[in-house]
Amino acid sequence: MKVRPSPDITPDIVCQHGLTLEEYRRIQDLLGRVPNLTELGIFSVMWSEHCSYKSSRYHLKKLPTEGPRVLQGPGENAGVVDIGDGLAVIFKIESHNHPSFIEPHQGAATGVGGILRDIFTMGARPLALLNSLRFGEPDHPRTRFLLNGVVDGISSYGNCTGVPTVGGEIYFDPCYNGNILVNVFCLGLVPSDKIFLGNASGVGNPVIYFGSKTGRDGIHGASMASSEFDDSSEEKRPTVQVGDPFTEKLLIEACLELMKKDWVVGIQDMGAAGLTCSTFEMAGRAGTGIDLDLSRVPRREEGMTPYEILLSESQERMLVVVKRGMEEEALALFRKWDLDAAVVGEVTDKPVVRIFENGNQVVHLPVELVVDGALDLERSAARPTDLDAINRIDLTEIPEPVCGDEVLRKLLASANIASKHWVYEQYDHMVRLNTLGLPGSDAAVLRVKGSKKALAISVDCNSRYCYLDPFYGTQIAVAECVRNIVCSGGMPIGLTNCLNFGNPEKPEIMWQFAQSVAGLGEICRFFDIPVVSGNVSLYNETLGEAIYPTPTVAVVGLLEDRSCHTTQWFKESGHLIGLMGLTLEELGGSEYLSVRFNRVEGKPPHLDRVLERSVHEMCLALINEGLIVSAHDCSEGGLGVALAESCISHPESPRGAELHIESTIRHDACLFGESQSRILVSFPENNREAVEEKARIMKVPFAVIGKVGGDSLVVNVNEEEFIREEVATLKKLWMGALETYVR
Amino acid sequence: MNCGVVVFPGSNCDHDCFHVLKHVFKLHTEWIWHKGGQDLSRFDLIVLPGGFSYGDYLRAGAIAQFSTVMKEVIGFAESGGKVLGICNGFQILVESGLLPGALMQNHSRKFICKTVLVRVENARTPFTQKCAEHSVLNIPIAHHQGGYFIDPEELRRLEENGQVVLRYCGSAGEVTGEFNPNGSVGNIAGIINAGGNVMGMMPHPERCADPAWSNLDGQLIFKSIIHSCQNGVSV
Repeated sequence: MKVRPSPDITPDIVCQHGLTLEEYRRIQDLLGRVPNLTELGIFSVMWSEHCSYKSSRYHLKKLPTEGPRVLQGPGENAGVVDIGDGLAVIFKIESHNHPSFIEPHQGAATGVGGILRDIFTMGARPLALLNSLRFGEPDHPRTRFLLNGVVDGISSYGNCTGVPTVGGEIYFDPCYNGNILVNVFCLGLVPSDKIFLGNASGVGNPVIYFGSKTGRDGIHGASMASSEFDDSSEEKRPTVQVGDPFTEKLLIEACLELMKKDWVVGIQDMGAAGLTCSTFEMAGRAGTGIDLDLSRVPRREEGMTPYEILLSESQERMLVVVKRGMEEEALALFRKWDLDAAVVGEVTDKPVVRIFENGNQVVHLPVELVVDGALDLERSAARPTDLDAINRIDLTEIPEPVCGDEVLRKLLASANIASKHWVYEQYDHMVRLNTLGLPGSDAAVLRVKGSKKALAISVDCNSRYCYLDPFYGTQIAVAECVRNIVCSGGMPIGLTNCLNFGNPEKPEIMWQFAQSVAGLGEICRFFDIPVVSGNVSLYNETLGEAIYPTPTVAVVGLLEDRSCHTTQWFKESGHLIGLMGLTLEELGGSEYLSVRFNRVEGKPPHLDRVLERSVHEMCLALINEGLIVSAHDCSEGGLGVALAESCISHPESPRGAELHIESTIRHDACLFGESQSRILVSFPENNREAVEEKARIMKVPFAVIGKVGGDSLVVNVNEEEFIREEVATLKKLWMGALETYVR
Repeated sequence: MNCGVVVFPGSNCDHDCFHVLKHVFKLHTEWIWHKGGQDLSRFDLIVLPGGFSYGDYLRAGAIAQFSTVMKEVIGFAESGGKVLGICNGFQILVESGLLPGALMQNHSRKFICKTVLVRVENARTPFTQKCAEHSVLNIPIAHHQGGYFIDPEELRRLEENGQVVLRYCGSAGEVTGEFNPNGSVGNIAGIINAGGNVMGMMPHPERCADPAWSNLDGQLIFKSIIHSCQNGVSV
């Protein structure tokens, strides 16, 4: 074997590549020689945390990934779940946190591009995008700039590709001052027998590159995403790629046309670690090798070295293996869409990737060693010592408000609870005529054209709860997400997650991670929801300050009949209002404590899994039997905010309501505490008996607490007035808060 | 009645227009590829759909005006064929000179996607004859460059000729700045050419024409076109 030699590799060079000296020794041991610089670059990206999951894999193995509907679990570009009628949905959520903090517009835009490619690379037309965004506190000097940039980036990229952005969530918290989170979800629809995988099989088959030309952008993006930020992070701007949504649109159409042919063997996009990752992973999955000729790769710039070509993260590029002899047909198809394309390699039988440039061999690496060679780390974990103190809260120290009006106004106008219409109106959320449930209700609902079915999708995570207790906080994220799905009429069929944490080399962070994944696994098993895809983003930490653990989850639900789609807002005067679930005296981790007292402490609300599941089942039964006309989950801001939102989120005019609540607990906990497993519903008076009967049979605590009507939201607790506000006033506050802030 | 939907590489409302024409109104509908070469004379209606024709990193529609298909569409329009440009299609019609004026960035400089109200200013066109004069329609908009601009002299001429077809308005039909989503001169949302066969509008009628939704106001536009193709303009 002759590989072009390179300058000596010094410990400094190893370190600059984000590899430890131990990892470098392992490379030499496994390889039986010293790697050259290009090969070191390959190890650097492929063994980075971002690509190898070396800190997390040990824990992720414990997640339930199987189920009768699962056609493809983790390990491919995205997970696939069967929805019947010969159709399947492909979905995944992914982070683009580090790039978005450095360059918000392009970082967020290319995050959208990356997740779209993960979906259409498997043969599905992307049906919908959602996102979960986290910014620092509203008063932080960078927050407005980052919020504007990220929303603008998502808007410009998603809108141009013609994939609707139909929902999401946005939170503000000081813990994200130095590390924002941009998690993007995409779901696609595909005939269940037409799913494409990233396999380079069939010795002698040509490997074709298509899409944008390769430039010098994004080199070492994956490594950047695998380290903490410091004062010099601004200098990393050149590692952020630039998105070209128009080319992405061409790629979508070209790929979907390509996949109608019967000669496509395997296909994968070039995401993190670019051409390197696609080449090695495609060969790895098929147990083959690939010979690659870099001189044939379409390039944007003169004089690029093999190192640069291999590590470039230029966007909108794909790699496809087709049956031998079909090269010309494939190239003609790409020409039709005005895309660059070239045959750059061939599948070989020996599981080795050999890379040539102008006849010289520049890389010779065994596939398995690169793809699976990184050591699985079982990093040490330790519970943070200050957590006990943070978890203690003495409610007697918290003064109870005499009247709830001001608190309610403050909560509705707080950045976390205020309406996000300023954001979602910048996203084309209607294109392609599937969005039945527009943004602004508990879950987005999309029709499945050509069938009676619809899909409900929601993303969720209350990271404050996860900080206070990562195990139960994560379980609550799943519970709330499922509640949003059932409130919209969907039955949960699959989950994807994006686990955002700090530096895993610190035992406290690793403890949070391990607890969170354990909680996730347990609750998904209990609810019988498979985890079919996911992404881990570590090192979300700046100058030693880590973000709160933020295990964002997205749940996909299925509505067998789209006419069962239900929204959160009250419909008509005279309808009764009922509350499912129990309200306990809990204020730990609440938005109320944070907004009114600036305190983040206590324990997250108690989660009774059995009750939670019964509430889901009862809600779905009520919807499917047509007994209720609105359903809204109680989350941040508790019952008070859920009531207000049910009054004011009606797209036409707000509805008033009068409530009479009997309660033995503190009034603030009753209205603003965030007890779990509660759903607020409304229904015509005629259905009262049937609804109450259902609650009895299903053993769900249920009470009729009021009636829709009037111009005000009036809440009486134990026959004493606690809240009285005109709904028009509340609506104005809630609708205007974010827009006022951004201006 | 034969309908054609033009497909630029960056069109993204092409499928929606096709769906409404073919599956909701059961019309014979074909795709028209942007690289040209098709005989357009067999069509009764050509739709230029929304989207980002050639990426539109430059002014929206600026590149599309030079496409082969637009040369053919101009010929089709000059011989009296009906052309409906929606959103990006409107932008392309303006850039190609089939309609006067220009479409500029929204005054918020943000993309706006929401349902708005528009008042029908002229219900005697082939595109609006099924609407009542001065009726108010609920139609979604989704654009970044929808601010219609034209100089005062030409605007006066447009208005005198009845070429202003739709204006953004309030629920009682009031045309005031409060209801202008994008900074358009005179709240203009849609115009027609002097010949009455080429219409451009920023709102998306195809987004409120499928019975899966309760709002079907967009159907009035399509029903008007169908009626005029089959019977001519009845007013």
